[in-house]
Amino acid sequence: MPKDHGIGASSKRREDVRFLTGQGRYTDDINLHGQAYVHFLRSDVAHGRLNKVDTSAAEGMPGVIRIFTGKDFEGVGGLPCGWQVTDRHGNPMQEPAHPVLAQGKVRHVGDPIAAVVAETAAEARNAAEAIVLDIEELPAVVDMKKALRPDAPKVHDDLSSNLCYDWGFVEENKAAVDEAFSKAAHVTTLELVNNRLSPNAMEPRVAVGDYNTGTDDSTLYTTSQNPHVIRLLMGAFVLGIPEHKLRVVAPDVGGGFGSKIFHYAEEAFCTFAAKAIRRPVKWTASRSEAFITDAHGRDHVTKIELALDAENNFTAIRTETYANMGAYLSTFAPSVPTWLHGTLMAGNYRTPLIYVNVKAVFTNTVPVDAYRGAGRPEATFQLERLVDKAARELGVDPVDLRRQNFITQFPYATPVAVEYDTGDYNATMDKLLEMIDRDGFEARAAKSKADGKLRGLGINCYIEACGIAPSALVGQLGARAGLYESATVRVNATGGIVVMTGSHSHGQGHETSFAQVVADMIGVPEAQVEIVHGDTANTPMGMGTYGSRSIAVGGSAMVRATEKIIKKAKKIAAHLMEASEGDIELKDGQFTVAGTDKSVAWGDVTLAAYVPHNYPLTELEPGLEETAFYDPNNFTYPAGAYACEVEVDPETGKVTICSFAAADDFGNVINPMIVSGQVHGGLAQGIGQALLENVSYDENGQLLSASYMDYAMPRADDVPFYQVDHSCVTPCTHNPLGVKGCGEAGAIGSPPAVVNAVIDALHRGGMKHVAHIDMPLTPARVWSAMHG
Amino acid sequence: MTQVTMTVNGKAVTRDVEGRTLLAEFLREGLRLTGTHVGCDTSQCGACVVHVNGNAIKSCTALAADLDGASVTTIEGMANPDGSLSVIQQAFQDHHGLQCGFCTPGMVMSAAALLKENPKPTETEVRAYLEGNICRCTGYHNIVKAILAASGQDVGAIAAE
Repeated sequence: MPKDHGIGASSKRREDVRFLTGQGRYTDDINLHGQAYVHFLRSDVAHGRLNKVDTSAAEGMPGVIRIFTGKDFEGVGGLPCGWQVTDRHGNPMQEPAHPVLAQGKVRHVGDPIAAVVAETAAEARNAAEAIVLDIEELPAVVDMKKALRPDAPKVHDDLSSNLCYDWGFVEENKAAVDEAFSKAAHVTTLELVNNRLSPNAMEPRVAVGDYNTGTDDSTLYTTSQNPHVIRLLMGAFVLGIPEHKLRVVAPDVGGGFGSKIFHYAEEAFCTFAAKAIRRPVKWTASRSEAFITDAHGRDHVTKIELALDAENNFTAIRTETYANMGAYLSTFAPSVPTWLHGTLMAGNYRTPLIYVNVKAVFTNTVPVDAYRGAGRPEATFQLERLVDKAARELGVDPVDLRRQNFITQFPYATPVAVEYDTGDYNATMDKLLEMIDRDGFEARAAKSKADGKLRGLGINCYIEACGIAPSALVGQLGARAGLYESATVRVNATGGIVVMTGSHSHGQGHETSFAQVVADMIGVPEAQVEIVHGDTANTPMGMGTYGSRSIAVGGSAMVRATEKIIKKAKKIAAHLMEASEGDIELKDGQFTVAGTDKSVAWGDVTLAAYVPHNYPLTELEPGLEETAFYDPNNFTYPAGAYACEVEVDPETGKVTICSFAAADDFGNVINPMIVSGQVHGGLAQGIGQALLENVSYDENGQLLSASYMDYAMPRADDVPFYQVDHSCVTPCTHNPLGVKGCGEAGAIGSPPAVVNAVIDALHRGGMKHVAHIDMPLTPARVWSAMHG
Repeated sequence: MTQVTMTVNGKAVTRDVEGRTLLAEFLREGLRLTGTHVGCDTSQCGACVVHVNGNAIKSCTALAADLDGASVTTIEGMANPDGSLSVIQQAFQDHHGLQCGFCTPGMVMSAAALLKENPKPTETEVRAYLEGNICRCTGYHNIVKAILAASGQDVGAIAAE
């Protein structure tokens, strides 16, 4: 029987009622008394010298309160980068300044130049049009390899080149890897592009800054996945506001997918301007603005090679990747192509020698940072395309080649610095094959052929490292932050429980699933537990939600805090029942003395904690509230096997997804309904990357895909019903719930399945010359490959 | 400024509006009905879908001044009179047809318009009808499933979880 409450139950989401009735409270729904509006005048050229910004005509326009330019921010810090990568020679990366408003130069289309604050949004927009700009346009660099030529225009004049860093991992292994390739019986090589994407959370970013002149406190309401991180970065590095004078609130947030992790200029601007004009200042992004300001994702160009011995065992992997940073370093950008990518290059396989080289490059494009999966989709795509190509070249079954090389003993230390605690890759592969009826494929292919279509089947594995992260480890790797999580559990006198978590929910359903955990531990109804998040004023310092970390790290903090609550509550119960603490048991919200019929209810104990008339006051403080900070001692390693079946129309090159199946091992699952939903969403994003989505720049750095007319978002009729399964469970060995994290798996595991399926279809159709097609596999690209 | 009178969720409202005021803006800023969301500026995303005189339209693409005398229903007007969730809303909750909730009002309004036109749509018809509503969270699986369920069809067999 499926559980109907607590851990493991598909509890319906409590947050849904407000969202379904229009009662959600998103940042753009917040309007403060006396609020002014800001419109940013942005660069429409990719690269240029800013000779003059003439605001004189605009100053007198109706409703204008004040116009700000880069000059106003000369004494203010720039937007900080939260991760320093050390290059293969031991030198720190090149780290350019990132002013809130452009100073001296503009470096990408969308770079903010001036900010008009006015009584209404329309007046701010109108006045911005009256600002006269004198920009000397400079040649732009867009292509990464061209940007690294000695004569390339420099994005940042004060850096030595457009190379941010040249990273080698593990540098000491390079010679041994090269030697393994020289001895290989077979080498498979693949060059590929991991296409640039725009995250496109459906809610555009919004910021509302407020300043209290009476107390000198600043408040920022913002669309963020991590309000404490924004408070720290903006307060300490940009505006010089101590944390006790700065509150950051991220209320209901309409999706993030990574793009709302980062600290953006508009947040700092609204906070700064609210103090400057002594009025609240609001900014709401248009979608067009989102395309040119929200950090993009992916954008890697890679050559990867696999060495095999005569028995088809993997002996070495060698990669060379160019990773686009865009014009500035976004908050966590340097970590994505390095520590979130290189460390995953072992995949699910026992490859003893691996060398990863990454060159991160500045270009005149929007900054690139973490987007759902962040580095791990790039690693998975390379590896799983490569293994498929190797199987084809060797004439072996791609599933058999994978199984032959699977890691089967755990814990397993990879040659790329991580230790997988647990997993069973054959189990998820077995489950997948059971789900997809592989034996029936030939009959389905014959039917497609009769319909004039080419059918293909693509299968791949994935592993990811999530639940980020052990603070001491990431500190050694260059992180300028700790990656623990926090929770305060406050039990009220009448027994209600409020959990204040440092995690943030922007679609993940924490208000439901977190409550399930605490309710289960104490044995009270879920409705008796309230989850509070998103406001630095009433939650402990937390690092927020990204990297599939909330249940694994935030959930663990909550479990630790609840354990402290239970321990104290048992002491109180022991006192009330005049029993020994060691004999107290808690079940279904009832404290009992083992071996007797004595009992007190949860509510009796909580009341005693706050009305301590009969209470051990000499030994125990009144009250029932505990806080825990949890710092994980390893990543968690969800893994699985994915399969996609496609039909390709040979007349047009159009690819249709016929079916998609995902067999995942997420460890223990708190709410299976929510977990399935997370996988569904990830799959659509991965299918979107594989078939539809592409951020496209022309050679002058003009963004060609700057609206939903040009950027192809997956729609309901682009995707099928998915088959998802998470019944293969190897619990995480190092966190209290045995959970692994499920938020990114779908986006990580799905792109290679789609591309493998299309290549399979073309080969079955006789087009064996097609070894690879770069994503997105649009009809034009597929058709060209077929006829190339 | 033009004076317009509309019936919004059954209630008569009269306001002065600028010629350029969009219906979405009028609802959100003028009437504080913030359930209608704006997710794009090219009439693509569908987060702003409302019903005007019984037809689903994108409120980011209609001028308030053009709608004098119109009857408008927004997401705030979709629950049952006793405040409980309507069949469609309940189906979205039962089948986890929403995550961040931002596209949800538009999805519910489009679903209601679809089921009015076509009370027992097929999966293909549901997917085709939602062409103008973008969701980034759910991968559409549970939205399609919820709409089929709301139409009274057995979804257990159609969509494995």
